[in-house]
Amino acid sequence: MLQNPKDRRNFVLQALASASALMLSACDAVSRSSWGPKVLGAGEHASRAVQRALTSKTSLAQEFTEADLSPAFRSNGTDSPANDAYQAMAADGFASWKLRVDGLVRTPLTLSLPELRAMKKRTQITRHDCVEGWSAIGKWTGVPLSELLALARPEAKARYVVFHCADPMDEDGTRYYESIDLEDAHHPQTILAYELNDQVLPMPNGAPLRVRIERQLGYKMAKYIMRIELVESFAGIAGGKGGYWEDQGYEWYAGI
Amino acid sequence: MSTATSSTPGSESGYSYLRHPWPIRVAHWINVIALAILLASGLQIFNAHPALYWGKSSYSGRPPILQMRSETAPDGRDVGITRILGHDFHTTGVLGLSLEDGSASERGFPSWITLPGQQWLSLGRRWHFFFAWVLVINGILYLAYSLRSGHLRRDLQPTRRDWRSFGKSIIDHLRFRHPVGEEARTYNVLQKLAYLAVIFVVLPFVILMGLGMSPRMDSLWPGWVDLVGGRQSARTLHFIGAAALVLFVGVHVFEVIVTGLWNNLRSMITGKYRISGSNASES
Repeated sequence: MLQNPKDRRNFVLQALASASALMLSACDAVSRSSWGPKVLGAGEHASRAVQRALTSKTSLAQEFTEADLSPAFRSNGTDSPANDAYQAMAADGFASWKLRVDGLVRTPLTLSLPELRAMKKRTQITRHDCVEGWSAIGKWTGVPLSELLALARPEAKARYVVFHCADPMDEDGTRYYESIDLEDAHHPQTILAYELNDQVLPMPNGAPLRVRIERQLGYKMAKYIMRIELVESFAGIAGGKGGYWEDQGYEWYAGI
Repeated sequence: MSTATSSTPGSESGYSYLRHPWPIRVAHWINVIALAILLASGLQIFNAHPALYWGKSSYSGRPPILQMRSETAPDGRDVGITRILGHDFHTTGVLGLSLEDGSASERGFPSWITLPGQQWLSLGRRWHFFFAWVLVINGILYLAYSLRSGHLRRDLQPTRRDWRSFGKSIIDHLRFRHPVGEEARTYNVLQKLAYLAVIFVVLPFVILMGLGMSPRMDSLWPGWVDLVGGRQSARTLHFIGAAALVLFVGVHVFEVIVTGLWNNLRSMITGKYRISGSNASES
């Protein structure tokens, strides 16, 4: 078998051709299988482990100057939540809006916008990196999330901070939500922003309150925040993956 | 690329020797798979925002340096347009607008070259980052082996004689004249430089520019990505680096074909490479 060089060559050529055709259909099959995306997800778990090992818990995202500001800060996803209760509050300048902080905390909080504005504030000019590939630079002012956590006093078993939002993402009314761990929650640049570029936070950018998590991608930075919940696990919330986009297949860790 | 096995030196009809030891062969084919998947999944990621910019952000008041989009022409037909540095090119069917199954859809690169084929950013990212790790780990093992075994010094490092033959090597390449006999046992100087450039410049650069897009890695030393112009410049350079790799692979495959496809292919599969004797010709 395959003694003749010509046969051998034809065999190799055919093998190469079949190998590439096989690779294409194999990639497609892997993409559609239930295990494929999970196995491939190992790459992103490795990225998270290595990135966290290389950078410190409090390493700072780059901050920019006013000269770097994007002329108009792009809004992506929801511009105006299709939610009557939200729109009623917006019409009222969010006078009746109150942020709840609850879950695994010793002191649940209910805070109005003026109360949040009266707290310690931080202003930062940072770059917003969307998972799609684009970046925009904006100036954000808000209260560090660590300040709220200090008031609410999370219980020892609390591991994640979940942001519950006002914007419905589909016809079933599934609301946007996101989650981060306590390490990112205590990061000095993690703020609940109520101002963008020295103006009251506009609706397309998440009025009245959005979170900034500067070492992760844009989809982590939930807009239209209504409630902050501390949990031990996010497995029981919505799709169980820790966020609206995570439930659609995106990574929970969005540092790359 | 050294150990002679079934060699019968001096024989008029030539001889075979072990050109590529198994670690090199394995690393080579892992690279083939990883780079193919990285390219296809990279284009899938690019398609999520098919534009490239220079600077720290995408919205700086300056237009993108490259953009793919579709628009409706005056005659009512949809056309694909690729704009490079302000110049519009009609690229209907390939870039900006794909025509598949009789319907037109707006997308940067066509589905036959992206992984997954359909628009599916989250899975494209999983493919990309998984095989990025495969490439990095494979590269580290290759380098460790090459340093230990002497492959790097013996086969890739240009010798003084190589540098002297630099001009001749360029002319030989342009004339498609390739070394035969004993001379074919070593890489020529342009070949060595191309391999060294890919191993030590292009691949590390592409990986570094990929990491430059990571907001977490940017915090390692805030502002480092500005050394190349900013995050959006890093994204553009990542793309250009990938294009350089595609160019390298194109030239590499061309040279493999013109310098003896079967001999080269065999040497990268079984390791055996045949050196033809003075009267013998490789058939």
